[in-house]
Order: sequence, then structure tokens, then C-alpha cells
Amino acid sequence: MSEYVLETKNLGIDFGGLTAVNNFNIRVEKGDIYGLIGPNGAGKTTVFNMLTKVYEPSRGTILVNGTDIGKMSTIEVNRIGIARTFQNIRLFSDLSVEDNVKIGLHNSGSYSLADSLFRTGKFHSEEKRLHERALELLGIFRLEGFAEHKAGSLPYGAQRRLEIARALATKPCLLLLDEPAAGMNPVETQELMDTIKQIRDRFDISILLIEHDMKLVMGVCEKITVLNFGQVLMNGTPEEVQNDPEVIKAYLGD
Amino acid sequence: MKFLSYLISGIRLGSIYAIIALGYTMVYGIAKMLNFAHGDVIMIGAYVAFFALYRAGFPLVAALLASVAVCTILGITIEKLAYKPLRSATSLAVLITAIGVSYFLQNAALLLWGSTSKIFPTILDYGFIELFGGELKISYQILITIATCIVIMVCLTLFVNKTRMGKAMRACSEDKDAARLMGINVNSVISLTFAIGSGLAAVASVLLCATYPTVTPTLGSMPGIKAFTAAVLGGIGSIPGAFLGGLLLGIIEVIAKVYISSELTDAIVFSVLVLVLLFKPTGLLGRKTSEKV
Repeated sequence: MSEYVLETKNLGIDFGGLTAVNNFNIRVEKGDIYGLIGPNGAGKTTVFNMLTKVYEPSRGTILVNGTDIGKMSTIEVNRIGIARTFQNIRLFSDLSVEDNVKIGLHNSGSYSLADSLFRTGKFHSEEKRLHERALELLGIFRLEGFAEHKAGSLPYGAQRRLEIARALATKPCLLLLDEPAAGMNPVETQELMDTIKQIRDRFDISILLIEHDMKLVMGVCEKITVLNFGQVLMNGTPEEVQNDPEVIKAYLGD
Repeated sequence: MKFLSYLISGIRLGSIYAIIALGYTMVYGIAKMLNFAHGDVIMIGAYVAFFALYRAGFPLVAALLASVAVCTILGITIEKLAYKPLRSATSLAVLITAIGVSYFLQNAALLLWGSTSKIFPTILDYGFIELFGGELKISYQILITIATCIVIMVCLTLFVNKTRMGKAMRACSEDKDAARLMGINVNSVISLTFAIGSGLAAVASVLLCATYPTVTPTLGSMPGIKAFTAAVLGGIGSIPGAFLGGLLLGIIEVIAKVYISSELTDAIVFSVLVLVLLFKPTGLLGRKTSEKV
């Protein structure tokens, strides 16, 4: 068993002749809240897409709890414990809030198609368990009152919270958050920071997040990796990153 | 009273269109492709039912089940062999492939069973009921057709809205990548969609042959195109849309045939489609889709 929840070694991807990310190395330990920052177009979301196998990396290895996920598909990556949210919210907007979470929970459901067709007792007890579990998750994100609403009808901030709830429903060991505070007002962002810490402790998971809101990044992340033009500029604590001249140059120019 | 009986036979025809349209609309909703071979699956279903009834001597229900089984397997096989390898190809390539599959099935049927049409003897002749003192006669065959359509619609709506697999289907129809990241096996959802659509095509084939009892290799083409029109009319991707579109199209077709001109029927049917699309491009019950930036 590796001590790292996530470890990448020289991870890289090319699109045609363009190298989008190269020599990306990161080590996320159990319980970390880890920030991945960098200017626009640095390749942050591309890293998430490689970690979840939406993109196939061109080089390098990804280890999740010591297991190489090189040959795995997106579904298998989800089953071994990586869940994510998206920069542009991608909820199932036509489904109810509760059903969005239930879709994530279904991996842990244990009745068969026959059970559901014939409405066996097992089906009912399992459905009841899923319903309670879904409401519990929604409760953490203050969404239990919206359970019956269509996901697409929620306010923006609530949709972002629902996306995190849905990701948590798949029981991840590593949660990837892609700009969770984008579009939130300062009050919502503050609440989100508290929620992020709370879910780390409650679910005993590691969190890797991409964020442009520096107040959030510096407020919740214990470690940070800075990405610039697809390369790791530096790894460090928030203090180290904030005072690094290279980082300041990357963000503000010369 | 005459009008009422025309209306009822329009609903009967529309019920068949609706069942076929479901196959188009579900496959489009999930796989985002137009399966133009769907009509030819109906044709295969009709041949299987014919041989099961008159060569093997199966009772009607057994023949129907045989037809459903063969079409379901055929639908899954077509998807696996012809469409799955093109999952990431352009939609035009998939469309052309679907047309290719359609010709393949027609010509395979021609090769196997010849071009002479096979005649179904009446398969659902249970007489009729009389209403309004004998002024309106409705055959049980019509009632069975309409009832079948309603039962299918209710079951399918319940399946899609209430069951876990149905919800997974809706999730896939909205966003396949997000669905994969939730652990949904998108490939099996697509297989299931083709299985359901093709199974329904078999049911439609038997109902169709009860109405028009000639089986030829091109039997599926016209009902296929009409049902596709019905699906677009109702809003492609929408299950209630397929139902509404099918019924409307069937009624318009029969009424136009009786009151306007039997030669112009098809022209009128397709003109209605053009008109609806001019004013409501998403179809009657279609959802507006906005491109995400």
C-alpha cells in the first residue's frame, strides 16, 4: 500500500503537435486538501481529464493508492475511488436533485434488474436505504429541501454544491473539484470553504481542487502545485507559493 | 359516425407509428444517432412472425415472442457490429452506416426469402363490437392495437422515470462523460436502448401485418420513414413526443386519405412535418437545447 492517495510520474499529453501538459508530478497524501493553480490555459483541467481518463495520457503513470490506472477506463477509475466535478456544471439537469445523487449511489446498490421489475422486498429496502443516504448527503450541502426539484432549476451556487454531493455519492477516496467557487459570491465561497474542510473530515477523503479564487485556495489548501504552460512551476505551502517570484511573474507577467 | 370510425382507424395506424417511433426516439435520445435501419428490423420481425406462425405452427403469442426475441438480438448485434466502432466518428459517418445497414437487411431478406410477397392470413380475427345500435363497428383487432400501444407507453414511461436503469438512461442522454464518471456503464445502456427499440419494432411488425398482411423485403421502409417523421413531429428524443407524433400522423394520414385524396396522402403527411418544423423546430414536445459554452 502506497502512502499516497494519488501519485503521478512524468504525466504528459499531446494534442497533435501541441504538448498541453508535460512532466506533471504530484503527490497527494491521505487527508490532504491540495490546490492546483495556474494562469488560464495552463493545463489544469487537462490534468483532471487525464486523472479521470476522459483523456488518455500520452506519457507517464498515474497511481491511485499505489495501483496503476494506466489501463483503466473512466468507469473503472470511478470504481477505484476518483470522483470529480466540472468547471462548467454538468448535472443531469432534467433529473431531480435526489436522482442526481442516487445515480452516484447506485454503484453501492445491490439489487438486480429482476428485483426492480418485480418490486421485491429487497428492492424496497434497498431503495429506502438509498433514499435515506441521498437525503443525508443533500443535508450536508443544505439541499434536502430541494430533493424533488429538477436539478436544472436550482440557483447556480446550489447546483455547484449538488455536483459535489453527487460526486461524493460514488464513495471516492479522492475528490477532484474543478473551480468549485466559480460564480459564487463571497458569502457562498466562505460557506464552501467550510464545507470542503467538513467533508474531508467526515468522509475521510483527500481533495484536489482547481481554483482561481486565491482567498479560497490559500484558506483551505495545505499544499499547492502551480502549473504554467503545462509544466509544474513549483510545489509548496500557501506561504511559499505566495512569496515565490516565479509564481508572481507567471500570474502578473514581467 | 363515419368520421368517428375514420378517426378510430387513424388512431390504430397512429398507435403502430408511435410504437415504431419509440425506437427512433430512444436511440436518438441516448446514442444521438438516427438509426435508419430501424424500419428494416420491423421487416425482419414480420418474416420471423410469419414463419413462426405458418411454417412452425406457433400460436400467435409464441410467434410474437419469437419475433421480439429475434429482433432484440438483431438490434443489439447491429449496434455492436456497425455503430459501436463509430462511437467517436462524425454523425454523418454513422448516418451513412445506418443507411448501409438498412440496405444490407433488405437485400439479405431478398436473398433469403425472395421478392414474392408472403401473405399473412388474418391473424387477429376476433370479430368486432358494435356501438350506437350497430352504426359504429370497432374490430377487436383495432382495440388490441390501441391497447398494446397504451400499455407500452405506460410501461416505458414508468421504466424510464422510476427504475435505476431508466434513470441511468436519462443520465446518459444528457451527458455521457458525466454518466461514466458516476460509474454508469454507458455501453450497456446503449445496448439496452437498442434492445428495447428493436423488441418494440417486433411488436409493431405483428400489429402492422395484422393491418396490412403482405410481407416483402421492403415492408419496413415506408412505416419506418413515417414513424421517423412522427418522432420528429413529436420532438425527437421525447417518449411522450413519439406517442403524440405517432397518433397525430396516423390520424392525419387516414383523414387525408378519405377526405382529400388517396394519392396525395403521403405528400400531405410530410407537409405537416415541414410546417411544424417551420414554426417549432424542436417538434411539438421537444426540449429546447442550448449549446453549452
